[in-house]
Amino acid sequence: MQSLLKESPLGVYVEHCKKGELAYQVCTDDNTAVFYPRAVAPKTGSHNLEWRVSKGLGTVYSTTVVHAAKDQPPHNVALIDIDEGFRMMSRVEGIDPMQVKIGMRVKVKINQGDEKQLPYPVFTPAEGAK
Amino acid sequence: MSGRKRGSVAVVGAAESDLGLVAPHTSPVDLMAQATLRALDDAGLKLSDVDSLFVAATQVRMGPMALAEYLRIKPKYFDGTIIGGSSFMSHVTHAQAAIEAGLCEVAVIAYGSTQRSVSRAAASPREYNHYESPYKPILPISAYALAAARHMHQFGTTREHLAEVAVSARKWALLNPAAWEKEPLSIEQVLKARMVSYPFTVRDCCLVVDGGGAIVITSAARAKTLKKKPVYVLGTGDSLSHATISNMPDLTVTAAADSGAQAYKMAGIKPSDVKMLSLYDAFTITPVLFVEDLGFCPKGEGGRFFEGGATAPGGSRIPVNTSGGGLSYCHPGMYGLLVMIEAIRQVRGECGKRQVKDCDVAIAHGNGGVLSSQCTVIFGSEATL
Repeated sequence: MQSLLKESPLGVYVEHCKKGELAYQVCTDDNTAVFYPRAVAPKTGSHNLEWRVSKGLGTVYSTTVVHAAKDQPPHNVALIDIDEGFRMMSRVEGIDPMQVKIGMRVKVKINQGDEKQLPYPVFTPAEGAK
Repeated sequence: MSGRKRGSVAVVGAAESDLGLVAPHTSPVDLMAQATLRALDDAGLKLSDVDSLFVAATQVRMGPMALAEYLRIKPKYFDGTIIGGSSFMSHVTHAQAAIEAGLCEVAVIAYGSTQRSVSRAAASPREYNHYESPYKPILPISAYALAAARHMHQFGTTREHLAEVAVSARKWALLNPAAWEKEPLSIEQVLKARMVSYPFTVRDCCLVVDGGGAIVITSAARAKTLKKKPVYVLGTGDSLSHATISNMPDLTVTAAADSGAQAYKMAGIKPSDVKMLSLYDAFTITPVLFVEDLGFCPKGEGGRFFEGGATAPGGSRIPVNTSGGGLSYCHPGMYGLLVMIEAIRQVRGECGKRQVKDCDVAIAHGNGGVLSSQCTVIFGSEATL
């Protein structure tokens, strides 16, 4: 990210989401995965941040079920450890939110959002995925 | 390495503002100012003695300016560090450093909030973060719920263990005339209350009330000349680990392990020397994590530490949150100042029915953000110097 006048970390991330991809960065100085995307690498301070696309597989690290309002069904919020070595907040869809369990394998899909909401990644169960 | 000296400063005044539900149109600065004058009166000092202000509040962006204007004082030194509910513990560290450096002599640390009157959402607006906000966590509750769920998975902690924390707090609150909650609470009532963010029901979550407080800190030399017995700052420690819960390295280990170690080292004491714990209980999981990270039980045993009312009045272990805590006494949003006031009063021996016997050393531990900032202060009586 040499110039923030040309592109931003979130801007690049969202462009990947629009293509159905979960993108992250790797600091090539210490070969560490970086997420959320940044303009400079944490710890090393390096500018050598390379964009990569995740295979989209991960494991639930923790999970909660949010009861936001009486007229809305409860929804899942989870922290997912992605196989490439970073953690992110997301939700697991397609099952009862109380059935989302720590240790469960999950696979990414991109919610494309709408006029008010930028696209963002969510997950679905991927039992059997190593 | 801390350059600050054990016992070089002392708390000489401490007071709450009015707590609970304040009159319409009361401002957070009204509450800060009220508490400041009460704390000065407690110390036997006048407003004209104050030469430094330390202020944090979510509803007042530039706290030291607002309180200085309100009181028409011109502080020589001021600090508006805001790191959530632990801000005020960090202010103690900063005040001690400033007093030792000769930048000031009489420091007021103050806080005020009207979050019950204006609503929590209005009092503490949240920043949009594209890596969390689209998933609609209720923050900060869901972040702490994620930590609790992980602790349950990893160590076998149960919802009943968490409920014990709330029940213990309620038992203490019933001994504190200033507490918001006035009725007994059972484990079953906690478990069956309205679910908010699993595993937390509304009874696992702190109160949402109005309130504030202030403490006055000065040099040990001046403290000896004042009205009340000084409560000495034996040690402090501050630590930050992350800002967002997605970036907390291990949800079962907080930076209290670091802040506590710093404070113990400076104070030259160990956990077994401590007679009472005032731990920031925003949610029932936080005291569980802090008794572990501050060295009162091994990692993973925090849930079982609270079993059977062990930290409640008459319990077999160290008394925890004798005021009733944020869960049952008062939680105006950034509760850390009130966490310290209870520890100070215990060391003074002013706690009436809830007084801990021979309480010469007490810990006030503050938490801020989503387990993000951890700040520990160890208070001691003159006999511990």
